[in-house]
Amino acid sequence: MTTTLDHPSYNFKVVRQFTVMTVIWGIVGTLVGVLIAAQLIWPALNFETPWLTYSRLRPLHTNAVIFAFGTSALFATSYYVVQRTCKTALFGGKLAAFTFWGWQAVIVLAVITLPLGYTSSKEYAELEWPIDILIAVVWISYAIVFFGTLVKRKTSHIYVANWFFGGFILTVAVLHIGNSMVIPVSMMKSYSIYSGAIDAMMQWWYGHNAVGFLLTAGFLGMMYYFVPKQAERPVYSYRLSIVHFWALVSLYIWAGPHHLHYTALPDWAQSVGMVMSIVLFLPSWGGMINGIMTLSGAWHKLRHDPILRFLIVSLSFYGMSTFEGPMMAIKSVNALSHYTDWTIGHVHSGALGWVAMVSIGAMYHLIPVLFNQGRMYSIRLINVHFWLHTAGVVLYIVAMWISGVMQGLMWRAVNTDGTLTYSFVESLTASYPFYFIRFVGGVLVVAGFILMAYNMFKTIGAKDGSLKPVEAV
Amino acid sequence: MSSFWTIWVSVLTLGTLVGCYLLLRMCLKNFAGVPEGEPTGHTYDGIDELNNPPPKWWSNFFIFTIVWGFGYIAVYGLGGWNGLSGWQSSNQGILNLAESEQKSAFAKEHGLLVQYDREVAAADAKYGPIFEAYAKQSIEALAADKDALKVGQRLFLQNCSQCHGSDARGTTGFPNLTDNDWLYGGEPEAIKASIMHGRKANGMMAWSAALGGEQGVKEVAAFVLSLSGRDVDVQAAAAGKAKFAMCAACHGSEGKGSDAMGIALGAPNLTDNIWLYGASQRAVETSIANGRAGVMPAWDKILGEQKVHVISAYVYSLSQK
Repeated sequence: MTTTLDHPSYNFKVVRQFTVMTVIWGIVGTLVGVLIAAQLIWPALNFETPWLTYSRLRPLHTNAVIFAFGTSALFATSYYVVQRTCKTALFGGKLAAFTFWGWQAVIVLAVITLPLGYTSSKEYAELEWPIDILIAVVWISYAIVFFGTLVKRKTSHIYVANWFFGGFILTVAVLHIGNSMVIPVSMMKSYSIYSGAIDAMMQWWYGHNAVGFLLTAGFLGMMYYFVPKQAERPVYSYRLSIVHFWALVSLYIWAGPHHLHYTALPDWAQSVGMVMSIVLFLPSWGGMINGIMTLSGAWHKLRHDPILRFLIVSLSFYGMSTFEGPMMAIKSVNALSHYTDWTIGHVHSGALGWVAMVSIGAMYHLIPVLFNQGRMYSIRLINVHFWLHTAGVVLYIVAMWISGVMQGLMWRAVNTDGTLTYSFVESLTASYPFYFIRFVGGVLVVAGFILMAYNMFKTIGAKDGSLKPVEAV
Repeated sequence: MSSFWTIWVSVLTLGTLVGCYLLLRMCLKNFAGVPEGEPTGHTYDGIDELNNPPPKWWSNFFIFTIVWGFGYIAVYGLGGWNGLSGWQSSNQGILNLAESEQKSAFAKEHGLLVQYDREVAAADAKYGPIFEAYAKQSIEALAADKDALKVGQRLFLQNCSQCHGSDARGTTGFPNLTDNDWLYGGEPEAIKASIMHGRKANGMMAWSAALGGEQGVKEVAAFVLSLSGRDVDVQAAAAGKAKFAMCAACHGSEGKGSDAMGIALGAPNLTDNIWLYGASQRAVETSIANGRAGVMPAWDKILGEQKVHVISAYVYSLSQK
């Protein structure tokens, strides 16, 4: 069930560092999320303190979960997978260590500057220009390490996981540099070089592809290694992986305009965004099919292996949100869903269901291997974590679906005289019960992450090789 | 949009869709050199890959969405071409309000309505008669009509409550509309004029320098507060009284405000203990020192006169109880 270290020259130190930080940032990011979810119900929780207000903590939450938790998981797994599938150590010597310390510095700077109110005001790209430059430097170093390793590989082909990691690394560099072009006016203030509808389009070209390449392609790379590895089954279809990889990367890059339906963006650009989003549906599902079908002949393993359960349920959430996304990109559906909690529910079915669960599964696979153990300290706790997390995600997204659709319907309801039936504040009042359910869901997710940290530190602290693998059933 | 850019985006977008189709066609063929269902022979860290074809339902569905995509673009257009349907969500490429009105008028005349204008026209056709009927009655009459007041209240809640509050009692900087104290007159037509064209407080300038700084401001504030019977430092108020001549031009020599003099300046009555920007000594001092510039936006272009008429009746009714 586990993979032992069979090649001592691999650079696993950096993988270990990123792995531990993934779990730590997972707790921090979701904890901030729970705090702001609570603030929406009990506004007094900002304690009348500027740097604890919702508006400043919300970007901290998104940055912490996407760039601290999610991206640390991607660093860890891509560095691990590229070494093992290319049968060679990481390229670039100390550069890999630089990417770890550089990336942690970026996160710490985010944790300091966002609550202080420094922001470029671009969603998911709030960090100001000096930090943006540091991100670009770290990211290019990452690309050099990753692609350098691919170049010196000892295998003839490049494994599919590495296509996805490579695509994600390249595109995120282009997106980050493209969208962050600004004219600085002081150390912590700058203005975008784009204006008006063009600025909006650049922002959502970036924003949606942060989802498409970082949160989708990157994690598909993770999936392509850890699912077959944990299931001990061959990948279902090599040919499916080719068509869905190339179709996914070429279609995703067009999908951004669906964030700007019925705005000042020209109609044709909105239409292209909608068409590409819908055509993207099948290539997205290609990844899910390939992952789930990989399990054929090994379904019984789900009964005993909570790690595999994390991985397979993550694919189900992935399938669900990549179906929901194209539907929400349809203009007439978007007219109802846009600006409501439905969007928040959709994002979290992707982020908590897909991204977090596939990462958690991969981490549980990885931690014993990296710290020379046969298994995690407690398989039972993994199972408890699985149920806590799953229940939390389901509560969260169902609450947001209901409140989102309700808000959309309330906002458009009209009386017989053509006036609106509800004022905005009435739709807000009606949302409170669902905000509470969402808060409870979030608490369950954080509780799961805390269990995970405990399990991880117990595994790391155990005597070398003392945790024996579970007998295969 | 120039034809160059139309061709540019067409080649890129349609090329992407065609590319996806060709890619799929390629992967439907068995090019892996081993029988279908067998391992391809590549092994990575112990992971094999099988040479299964993409599922049939999946590839057919994929082809269907690509064909649908071409169809959608044909109907709704690309680049400078508006497509077979000629549909537009709104007038495109508008840079200002004048251009927008011009384009809407042109479209109306030629029956080329965009979706927004079409929906507005449909709503006007459906609900217009209700407001037309109300417009024929006087504001006083509407203020006694329960149904009309209900409509007026709904319009108020959606458009006015953000500043004046759901109960119309206002808040700091936004007047209370229920107390029968008016800056620009409380007659039905005056209320309607305020809503139609908005109001801009154009008088209360910053007096700090003219009054000789903090001390002068304190003195005038003391006098002003004394007008509504507040306990003040008598000495300061006496000194302030001399300086009040500067204020009398707008607020009147007795401080009863411009409305009492029959002028629509919006200078409030200072003797009634109603304070738009706060009643504390400090708040009054701030008003005198730094001035105030409240703005009521104009609603004629947003709601139209007929709806403003009904809102006016609702607002009028609030102070008639």
